[in-house]
Amino acid sequence: MQTETKARVDQLTSPAGHPVTVLRYEGDIASTSKDAVLGTYQALPKQTSKLVLLDFTKVDYINSSGIALVIQMLIEAANSGQKVYAFGLSPHFTKVFTMVGITKYAGLFAGQTEALAAL
Amino acid sequence: MKTTSVEVRLPSRMGYEKVAMSTAAAVAKLMGFKEDRVEDLKTAVAEACINAIEHGNLLNEGLSVGVVLSSVDDALEVKVIDDGKGLKNLPPKPDIDKKIHGEEDPRGMGMFLIQALVDEAEWVKGSNGKSSYVRLVIRLDKEAD
Repeated sequence: MQTETKARVDQLTSPAGHPVTVLRYEGDIASTSKDAVLGTYQALPKQTSKLVLLDFTKVDYINSSGIALVIQMLIEAANSGQKVYAFGLSPHFTKVFTMVGITKYAGLFAGQTEALAAL
Repeated sequence: MKTTSVEVRLPSRMGYEKVAMSTAAAVAKLMGFKEDRVEDLKTAVAEACINAIEHGNLLNEGLSVGVVLSSVDDALEVKVIDDGKGLKNLPPKPDIDKKIHGEEDPRGMGMFLIQALVDEAEWVKGSNGKSSYVRLVIRLDKEAD
């Protein structure tokens, strides 16, 4: 019933010249998304992936279990000296992420261009 | 005052909350709710159903979750009914700092979101330890945040 979560990793460079690892998600972000959300993140080399950018452009549904996976990632990122940012959330999920406080630990941007320009 | 009711019965299986979510969205759109309020309702209904499936019916697929949507004038009431004993106490408001520092479970956002996104939310224990429900109300004239 839940749409399978797909994840893809892209390596980009910000206009300021910093390497940025982009995790692009597609489908639902829910309790069944652990491998796609956390597993893909955990497979990144911690030493070189210091800036992590989450792409939610193709995500339609995020529930509280999915939010918990994002928080789990933020915990691991904080412990690894990584910084996490996100873009592509709908206005509703931007509001939800703000309500639960994720924006305190992960900067949100409207799109990839805006995000890269800030990194 | 004219009341219109729609009922949905869901299996206690994760993912089926999306059926209730879509039904609630369809009813809210028919009533004239704005898109942002429809999105608030969808998340609140989804979280209420997830709680009913996981904590109320303990993922027992032999039990179903009832969802009753009743529109009265400018308000839409949603009752999500399960076979659990109901809540003893409402959990405290989640604290992102405690979660990030490992002092609080990363989970536990669902009830907070429900309360934050609708105009009224109450959890009612069923008699004889069954048929507990959460009742949500969202009003048509609520100004967008």
